[in-house]
Amino acid sequence: MKAAILGTKVGMTRIFGEGGITVPVTVIQAGPCRVLQVKTKETDGYEAVQLGFADKKKTRCTRPEIGHAKKAGGLPNKFVREVRLSDPSDIKVGDEVKVDLFEEQQIKFVDIVGTTIGKGYQGVMKRWNFAGQEASHGTERKHRAPGSIGGGGSRGGGMAVKRGRKMSGHMGHERCTVRNLVLVGVDKDRGLLLVKGAVPGPQGGFLIVSRAKTKA
Amino acid sequence: MKNKYIAAVEAAQVKTEIPSFEIGDEVEVGVRIIEGTKERTQPFIGTVIARRGGIGVGAMFTVRRIVNNEGVERVFPLHSPRVAHVKVQRKGKTRRAKLYYLRDRVGKSRRLRERKNIARGTEAESVSGDAPAVRPSRTMEAEPAGV
Repeated sequence: MKAAILGTKVGMTRIFGEGGITVPVTVIQAGPCRVLQVKTKETDGYEAVQLGFADKKKTRCTRPEIGHAKKAGGLPNKFVREVRLSDPSDIKVGDEVKVDLFEEQQIKFVDIVGTTIGKGYQGVMKRWNFAGQEASHGTERKHRAPGSIGGGGSRGGGMAVKRGRKMSGHMGHERCTVRNLVLVGVDKDRGLLLVKGAVPGPQGGFLIVSRAKTKA
Repeated sequence: MKNKYIAAVEAAQVKTEIPSFEIGDEVEVGVRIIEGTKERTQPFIGTVIARRGGIGVGAMFTVRRIVNNEGVERVFPLHSPRVAHVKVQRKGKTRRAKLYYLRDRVGKSRRLRERKNIARGTEAESVSGDAPAVRPSRTMEAEPAGV
C-alpha cells in the first residue's frame, strides 16, 4: 500500500543530527488507522481507501456512522479521510494502518496536509501583506487601509471591483499542503513520525501524512 | 508538564549525565571538532553568564570570555553531542540569574567574587547543600535523566 496515514500534530522539539547539528522536528502521532471502506473502479468509479483515526465519543456518533464503522469492526472515528491508490486490491476493510509502513518502505520525504491555524477576520496588511498607508503627513484613520480598490466609474458606467480583489476577510483555517518534508524518524512503539520543520495547524490538529508525490 | 510524546522523543536526545555548573562559574567547555576524518576536543574557557531553555533538549547556556581585549560569547546547547564536557574551574558568587551586566564591565570590575566553602576545581557534586540565594532556581541535576 502507498504509505499514507492520518495523525495529529503533537508539537515541536529538536533532535541532534549527524555531527551534532540541531534539527527542528515536528512530532506527529499517527495511526493506528482503520480501513473503513475500499473504493474500487467498479463500484465507485475510482480507487481509494477510506481511513479513520481517533475514536469518537459515542454520544456524538450518528447511527449511520456507527453502522459504517461496524463493517470495519470498530467504533466511529473523529477524522475520516480518503487516500487515493492505484491498486487497492490487497487491502481489506478492517485492516490496520500503522507508521511501520513508512519504515518498511524506507520513505525519506513526506507530504503533509493540515488545516492552518484560524486567524479570524483580518485586515489586508496581515492577510495579504499590504503596506498600509502613511503614519503621518495628514493621514487620518486610514493607516491600515487597503487604498483604492478600483475606479473609473465615469466612463461607460457599471464599473465594479474586479473579482478576486485582495481584501480583508477571514484568514487561516483552510486546507494547506506542505510538500517534501524530510522524514527524520519513526517511532513504531508509540506511533510517532518525526518530520523536519513545521507543519500546518495547531497542536492537536489532524493531519494527512503521505509519501512525497514529487520526491523519492 | 510536557506532552508525553514530546518527552519520549526528547528522552532519547538528552544526556544521561548532565554537567553540573551554575551561573557565574568559570568553566571549560570541551567542544568536539571534526577536521576531515579526525575528531578532537577544543576547550573554550569562560564565565557562564546565562542558562535558558529549562529542562529538556532545548536547554542552552552562554559562556563569555575575553579574547584579545574583545568579549566573545558562545551559546551551547547543553545536550549537544558536540559539547563533550563542562568542567567547573572556579565557582562565582552572583546575585543574578543572567549576568548580562558583565558585558558593560571593563577591567577589574569584570571579576566575580569566588564562592567560598567550596574546594577549588572540584566538580560541583557537593553544591547541593549550599546557600540557596546563589543557586539558580532550576538546576538540571534535580531532574531525573529521562524527563
